[in-house]
Amino acid sequence: MTVTSHAELISGFRPQLLKFARLQLQDDAAAEDAVQEAIEAALKGIERFAGRSALKTWLFTIVRHKVIDFLRERGRTVQVSSLERDEADMDEAFDALFRESEHWSPMSRPRPWGNPEEALEQQQFWQVFEICLEVLPARTARVFMMREFLGLETDEICTTLALSVGNCNVILHRARAGLRQCLSEGWFGGKAVSC
Amino acid sequence: MLTCKHTTRLLSEALDRPLGRRERLALRLHLVFCRGCRAFRQHIDFLRRASRAFTRHDDGAS
Repeated sequence: MTVTSHAELISGFRPQLLKFARLQLQDDAAAEDAVQEAIEAALKGIERFAGRSALKTWLFTIVRHKVIDFLRERGRTVQVSSLERDEADMDEAFDALFRESEHWSPMSRPRPWGNPEEALEQQQFWQVFEICLEVLPARTARVFMMREFLGLETDEICTTLALSVGNCNVILHRARAGLRQCLSEGWFGGKAVSC
Repeated sequence: MLTCKHTTRLLSEALDRPLGRRERLALRLHLVFCRGCRAFRQHIDFLRRASRAFTRHDDGAS
């Protein structure tokens, strides 16, 4: 591949990289910076890439590292108050899935997703997945992505964001419960079945 | 006996830390009888796989 076609490929990935960085950082300027730095680094090492998917994986790896650096730096100054209301709304929606006994209400009892691995192959699934991530409250999404996209351990996330371990666990549970509900409705056509 | 709500919390925490022996036993016992919580576990386990695949997935343009 020529250098020109590589540069074209890289700019083609830019929107995806930006979306990823924005979701994680909740900060457009920082996201632009992270993506720009990643692209510049990629252009410098361009000859090393045999193909498109290797290049893409590498770009995402660089962006991920930039994002982690930025989050670590910013850690303790993160604003968390503004979205507490959204988090309370999510908890209320989750509570509504249960009867007073705290067992599933028959209408909202989860049912198995048929062949979810197939979804991973479908582009539309990823659009739904991204929408479900975007509607999570900012802090909830950030903690979830630090855990599941960036692969950080819970205690590191807690330290970085100055949260207690209990609080981190609550946030991760909230994120997972919210995402599974969103994907049930948005993709897996989730109507409940009776036990 | 665990409630379903408590079970969902343990299932989530099982993805982030090793559960204690008593927690594992209580969880296993609940899951034997509760189809809804088994589905919940399937869903959040899938969320982990999907998240890992998220940054690797190709946009189909190649």
